Amino acid sequence: MTAETADTGLTAMFDHPFMQHAFLAGTGIAMAAGLVGYFLVLRAQVFTADALSHVAFTGALAALTTGIDARIGLFAATITVGFALGVLGPRGHADDVVIGSVFAWVLGLGVLFLTLYTTHRSTGNGTVGVTVLFGSIFGLDASHAWEAAVLAALLCLAVIVIGRPLLFASLDAAVAAGRGVPVRLLGVGFLGLVGATAAEATQAVGALLLLGLLAAPAGAAHRLATRPYRGMGISTAVAVAVTWAGLTTSYLAPRIPPSFAILAFATASYAVALTVTTRTATAIHPPVQSPATSTAQRSPTSS
Amino acid sequence: MIVAAAADAGLSWNLVRDVRQMFAYPFMVNAFRAGTVVAVTAGATGWFMVLRRQTFAGHTLAVAGFPGAAGAVWLGLGATYGYFAFCLAAAFLIAAIPTAGGAAAGRAAESATVGTVQAFALACGFLFVNLYKGFLGGVNALLFGSFLGITDGMVLTLTAVAVAILAVLALFGRPLLFASLDPAVATAAGVPVRALSVAFLILLGSTAAEVSQITGTLLVFTLLVIPAATAQILTTRPALSLALTVLFGLLVTWAGLTVAYYSPYPIGFFITSFSFSLYLLARLAVHAHDLLDRTARTPHPARASA
Repeated sequence: MTAETADTGLTAMFDHPFMQHAFLAGTGIAMAAGLVGYFLVLRAQVFTADALSHVAFTGALAALTTGIDARIGLFAATITVGFALGVLGPRGHADDVVIGSVFAWVLGLGVLFLTLYTTHRSTGNGTVGVTVLFGSIFGLDASHAWEAAVLAALLCLAVIVIGRPLLFASLDAAVAAGRGVPVRLLGVGFLGLVGATAAEATQAVGALLLLGLLAAPAGAAHRLATRPYRGMGISTAVAVAVTWAGLTTSYLAPRIPPSFAILAFATASYAVALTVTTRTATAIHPPVQSPATSTAQRSPTSS
Repeated sequence: MIVAAAADAGLSWNLVRDVRQMFAYPFMVNAFRAGTVVAVTAGATGWFMVLRRQTFAGHTLAVAGFPGAAGAVWLGLGATYGYFAFCLAAAFLIAAIPTAGGAAAGRAAESATVGTVQAFALACGFLFVNLYKGFLGGVNALLFGSFLGITDGMVLTLTAVAVAILAVLALFGRPLLFASLDPAVATAAGVPVRALSVAFLILLGSTAAEVSQITGTLLVFTLLVIPAATAQILTTRPALSLALTVLFGLLVTWAGLTVAYYSPYPIGFFITSFSFSLYLLARLAVHAHDLLDRTARTPHPARASA
């Protein structure tokens, strides 16, 4: 086996420690992203994840600038902002303009930290911003990979524990509240989980690309299955599959960065789901308009 | 004068002298020209974007410029062409997808689509950057902007595109306003709402491509959304708030350029911070005004004595 470590063939892939670590962390992160992403799309909160991804960048660079572990800043920033958005959300009624204004400024702060880090710290290097933005899953060492995997497992467990009431609250908040489900608390807790997942995913695909890992497999699952538990399963499976495919592709073709490969497979899976379901939908009931979903067409006649 | 300016590039707090010294450099003059053009265009288009609540789409269009610019640099073309090509392509894509989704497409699926398009665009940009070796330092300039090295030709291109965008907006402004405020009534009145929304996405794409060249793709959003959000908090009258939007955009851009010239920190930080402070001030002012108004209008005996 030792003679084969230099081999770049598929059979020798797992001889490289960095590939073992990447697969270990990647699988865990993909599972968490798939599960959390399913609820994110169900609750139409994808823009919140977009905001959190920018917060992740600023958090990581703020930590690096002050000389502490980037992951501490990452998790602190995303979980805090996740909770904050959850607490402010219901009153402001998901105001995208407010979220947008805040995260534009947070990103500006991130740029400041990037400059401070690259110019003032002797250990700083110019590519650290790129690493945070686009991830470096092949650069994880054993302890980081294990920590990421364990944390991802905990996140999955948390989603499964609150899964049933969260599903109820997401599908029909009014009825759920009437039945005594703590809808508001669940919403805030869920955004905290989204924050933690965003911080996790930043380690794999980077702050800018985590949105794809959250949105694409979940979007595909919502297309392919209407039953929630099957949808969650599909979302998780697709996320893990695209991560494995992306890592393998990047290993075989080293010029392609792993985060691009993962995102390319995720986008492809969503595109396939989109075309397949569009074709079957038009084949089964051709021109019929579903009144519940096409509000754009309905509103002129109803007013 | 240039010699004198080059000998002393510090801040002397003599305003006239400082401004004259700053403008002694051709690159600063070009930066101000380009910044002014960009701020006006972003203000006008952004005002409609905030009104139409299309912030997520606007952000995605802005981000689409990154792979365009990175790809153009990789292929040896000018980044300007890449910005415009990709931003416009993304605008067409977003305009096309909701109809392609068919009857099954809900609101949730639509946001998943926009998010996927955005993440994939960024991933492509990263791939191009990787393929073009030795370019990693330039990534930060593409993402976070740079006001250095703006040529006369770029200013000319930016101005030409800006004039085109503003002319189209002036032409379609009234029906677009109508369609944005009440699409149902506008449709009934015979306004082509669907065509207008596609046209607006294309305008938004062109604007995003323009602004990207100064602020970088990630901070386009600042000039698009914050001045418009600030103005729409302060007043509900369309003409006045549009004028205020452009004014705020110009103020923060000029202030950002000036401060960035005298400090070692990036321009993106200053522009975002100035805009966000204005936004917070506007919210505070409106809040205070409401509070005063309420106390003035309800002469409560208990409160009057207090």
